[in-house]
Amino acid sequence: MNIQANPIVARRSPGPDGEKVITLAALAVGGQGGGVLTNWIVAVAEANGYRAQSTSVAGVAQRTGATIYYVEMCRDTGRAPVFSLSPSIGDVDILIASELMEGGRAIMRGFVTPGRTTLITSTHRIAAVSEKINPGDGRVDGTDVVEAMGIAADHVVAFDMESVAKKAGSVISSSLLGALAGSGALPFPRDSFEDVIRGSGRGVEASLRAFGEAYEIAKGTKPAPLPEEIAAPIVPVLHVPQKLATKWAALEARVAALPDAVKDMTALGLKKVVDYQDVAYGSDYLDMVEKMVALDAAPFDLSMNAAKYCARALCYDDLLRVADIKTRASRFERVKDEVVVKDDQVLMLTEYFHPRFEEFATTLPKSIGKWLQRRKGIEAFYTKHFDKGRRIRTDSLRGFMMLWVVSSLRPIRRKLLRHEGEMAHMAAWFNTAMDVAKTDPALASEVLANYRLIKGYSDTHARGLSKFARVMGALDLLKGRNDAADWMRRLRVAALDDVKGDKLDGALATVKSFAG
Amino acid sequence: MAERSFAKEVQKLKQGEGDTFAGEGILAITKALLENGVGYVGGYQGSPISHLMDVLADAEEILSELGVHFEASASEATATAMLAASVHYPIRGAVTYKSVVGTNVASDALSNLASGGVTGGALIIVGEDYGEGSSIMQERTYAFAMKSQVWMLDPRPNLPAIVKAVGDGFELSEVSNTPVMLQVGIRSCHVHGHFEARDNKRPPVTVSDALENPARKLDRIVLPPATYLHEEEKLTKRLPAAQKFILDREINERFGAPGSKVGLILQGGTYNTVIRALNRLGLADLYGDTEMDMLVLNCVYPLVDSQIMAFCEGKDAVLIIEEGQPNYIEQQIAHMLYKAGKTVKLEGKGMLPMGGEYTGQVMVDGLGTFLSDHAPDMLPVAKLASNEDPIAIPDLSKVLPARPPGFCTGCPERPIFAATKLVEEELGEHHISSDIGCHLFSIMPPFDLGATTMGYGLGPASAAAFHNENKKGRRSISFVGDGGFWHNGLTSSVGNAVFNKSDNVIVIVDNFYSAATGGQDILSSRATNKTKQTQNSIVEACKGMGVKWIRQIDRTYDVTKVRDTLKEALTTEEEGPKVIVASSECMLNKQRRVKPELAKAAKEGKRVVRPRFGVDEDICTGDHACMRLSGCPSLSVKDTGDPLRDDPVAAIDQTCVGCGNCGEVADAAVLCPSFFQAEIVSNPSAGEKRRARRSQKIISWLQSRRDAKRVAFA
Repeated sequence: MNIQANPIVARRSPGPDGEKVITLAALAVGGQGGGVLTNWIVAVAEANGYRAQSTSVAGVAQRTGATIYYVEMCRDTGRAPVFSLSPSIGDVDILIASELMEGGRAIMRGFVTPGRTTLITSTHRIAAVSEKINPGDGRVDGTDVVEAMGIAADHVVAFDMESVAKKAGSVISSSLLGALAGSGALPFPRDSFEDVIRGSGRGVEASLRAFGEAYEIAKGTKPAPLPEEIAAPIVPVLHVPQKLATKWAALEARVAALPDAVKDMTALGLKKVVDYQDVAYGSDYLDMVEKMVALDAAPFDLSMNAAKYCARALCYDDLLRVADIKTRASRFERVKDEVVVKDDQVLMLTEYFHPRFEEFATTLPKSIGKWLQRRKGIEAFYTKHFDKGRRIRTDSLRGFMMLWVVSSLRPIRRKLLRHEGEMAHMAAWFNTAMDVAKTDPALASEVLANYRLIKGYSDTHARGLSKFARVMGALDLLKGRNDAADWMRRLRVAALDDVKGDKLDGALATVKSFAG
Repeated sequence: MAERSFAKEVQKLKQGEGDTFAGEGILAITKALLENGVGYVGGYQGSPISHLMDVLADAEEILSELGVHFEASASEATATAMLAASVHYPIRGAVTYKSVVGTNVASDALSNLASGGVTGGALIIVGEDYGEGSSIMQERTYAFAMKSQVWMLDPRPNLPAIVKAVGDGFELSEVSNTPVMLQVGIRSCHVHGHFEARDNKRPPVTVSDALENPARKLDRIVLPPATYLHEEEKLTKRLPAAQKFILDREINERFGAPGSKVGLILQGGTYNTVIRALNRLGLADLYGDTEMDMLVLNCVYPLVDSQIMAFCEGKDAVLIIEEGQPNYIEQQIAHMLYKAGKTVKLEGKGMLPMGGEYTGQVMVDGLGTFLSDHAPDMLPVAKLASNEDPIAIPDLSKVLPARPPGFCTGCPERPIFAATKLVEEELGEHHISSDIGCHLFSIMPPFDLGATTMGYGLGPASAAAFHNENKKGRRSISFVGDGGFWHNGLTSSVGNAVFNKSDNVIVIVDNFYSAATGGQDILSSRATNKTKQTQNSIVEACKGMGVKWIRQIDRTYDVTKVRDTLKEALTTEEEGPKVIVASSECMLNKQRRVKPELAKAAKEGKRVVRPRFGVDEDICTGDHACMRLSGCPSLSVKDTGDPLRDDPVAAIDQTCVGCGNCGEVADAAVLCPSFFQAEIVSNPSAGEKRRARRSQKIISWLQSRRDAKRVAFA
């Protein structure tokens, strides 16, 4: 946009008897019902003796892009005002945004002006594709946007209007209208809004509930819903059978003996590990944590990472694990309410599996597995006949039993080929950390954190392992430097940041340059 | 059928004297056509004029009552050629399409039509897709009007003015024997307003009457020597007639105080923005009353020299407000003034930006500069010197994620590009030619596929140059939609590839509709349409064109199959173009069609299955590989709240339509087993219930038995 260095102050001038044009722009993500919202607003204005005009740029509105709807209205004095067809920088009285970043976009585009604009925005997030495809966590932090709102807007009404609508069984357009009415930015009474909703026909009751809730929150007569990250996560309950109670208690006692800083994380880790394999496995886990604690001192960052990543390393994702999770009672329950199954309905569950020769062989006892891996002919045969997608109906007895059998191998997991490999790999990593910890605890802590790079299945898993190996490969170059820990962290971040690994190459090159 | 039903709007078309029509600009134009006794209407859908077509398609009954023929043309060229019915017969005809792209396609017919001229009024309604929200290259239709000498109306953007322009257009066309373009911008098309309706008029002569009484006048047929006479007639008869009409009927309007020292000459379409700018500068009230002398060109071509000169007479400076480039109007006016040796200062581009949409701020800045240079006394002091020091607002451009349009939830085209990605992982990157349509979103993340787009139906044509000397070498992959295929892809792309023995791969993305323009039916649509012949096979058409290697995929969601088929096409020894027709119904339209049906069936106690996908978050490791092959709006990331985990996991929300892409991709790419498909059966059969209950009993017995023996999360 071409804005002059010193822009001309260009405010709208009112009509002869003081009537003013009110400008309202709505930024929505395609498919959020921005069209419905605009029609409602126009109807409300007209019902209150105003002339109104709305425009939109449809076309891709139904798709997933950002779309602008624009409304102008003015008290009807018998003459037709000349309404503008699109919002102008610095000339928007009310800006409605149906998602946090769209609110930010409105500010960036100059549609939110100090001393003029009432900004009504939902604070929930709809992640853009660019945020989803990052191998780590690519989500944008919204705090800058929230701050900018405070500066740019004359009056801000911001809360999670999506969950308000959801709770009322409606869609966001109704809670947005409620927030608009509640903000008092339009000189129209509440019931005139509600009449329009009633007139619109479908889903009226739900829409009115969402409208009313949002109205109260915007007015400040009701508290806004808590953002998800503040709402406490549900801590799963551990079920301990009678005859294992004493063994379990012993483990808990060991946790209790740890420094306070490490207790909670270790407790979580312990539960995870025991749930994954058995009580003995939990004891192995505590051995590792205790070893690291012995080398550590307050604030125990090193031990924290040990507690976290040793649990991750011990609970590698193999067929047994997947089969175990997929056949649990708790899992069936979770699925049932996630997809909303009523009592008179039947649920059919299809799992998507694609076990390759690799997974098959490593799920066998060491000797047999190794023998098989050497037989290229057998691998070829398997690939030809068995390496394909499998759909397993876990609601049917047959399908369930297939997974059940696999999951019942759990007691002998330690004898399986995959376990041997995983444990060797883990030991190498852990011992390196122990070794480094003696001289550079901070670096050791980063070494432990590198386990974050190992995740996924098949190719994804292989890619993770190689990234891990390459990052760890830089260890010797970094040892002894006082910024070693920081560089180790940077390498990991680079590795997480892109799939191809170009960023990691760059970071490694830099390390070599100064270490070489 | 179109994705929206226009039953309500159709009722509005019946309004008559004394009714007040309320609705979108594009619907107002539709009504105006009927009020002006149009005899036939054609066109090709596309934003921003799709709704005009959709409404008429739903208005069959009214149209036949009036004896008006409507058809959805195969292309803009077809539509314009249709106006031939007004060449010899006194029948008013109107066609509509998206411009500038549509006019490009139409230009052959347009030149012929313009040369021979018309007897009945011929109106071409062009939806000028320019400026913000435009989906096409930024060019002006004005050049076509000038080179073919067809007149162009650009009315002020309010319903009464637009409606009046329709009537004026027909008359102008008839008095000057010249087709007339009526230009409407994106927002004018979608502007909601009112106008006083008049009764619909039955055409005095219908197309049926014409067929019964054929006529031809040799001097209207485009063939030498007539063509020389046509050019002569354009200059000596048609142009003067048009200019006279424009003056006599006061098509162009004067506002403000005549005789003031400065003035504005503007396109009608920019009027509202100009008035708002003047209002913000304190020079106009909100009804448009202003001191500023303005000449509003509701007819932008031809210009009437005498009118322009009269306006400029005695002025120090005139500002031409002309959106888009080149600045044809400014050039013509400069030419007039120079020839007449005038000294008035002509301003235009320069003071206003050369290109781009003239938004509110641009207009305020431009007018501000013009006035401060040429009439500073007119500007209120307050407006000149800003005493408010602007508040510094943080720059968010680095923070905000881009949100380009992409494939809808459950789109059947997504798996096609997921498969293409997988093939490229195996065989390396290929040159990919894209086409116009939803499938063009493949250009965007996460797919990042496609190098060029050369026009509707021209995807494969734009790969024509890529002939690989090495028969075993890489081939190009080109995409074309079913819409583009029938628009002209069959001949320009497929026929061309066959004729020239191309070895490249062509993927025809068949989603049963012209989806990107609003889900209109086309030749290969699967729906039965009482006014159209649908269900014509794309595969048969290609075979008829001489394609030997062709594969039909009936479920694009089968990623593995699409991948293998594409791989085969890229590697097969067989010569000639390899054509893959990948068919699945546009999910947006399918949901509109199916949802009500299923709801009804469930109510009636029939067995109904609702599919949905889910993710086992304990199994998902948060690598997001699945999203790098999807980008589905319903598949997103969420926090687990588990301190042991760093990265957010995949999650599928309530909007999921259970298309199956997630599972298929996870399978084809061997990603992970975290996806599951849940099918919720309403009104299950008795046996089904019994079986479910039995297996549930056994399953939970096994589960409780195991849980009793281990420490595990309940």
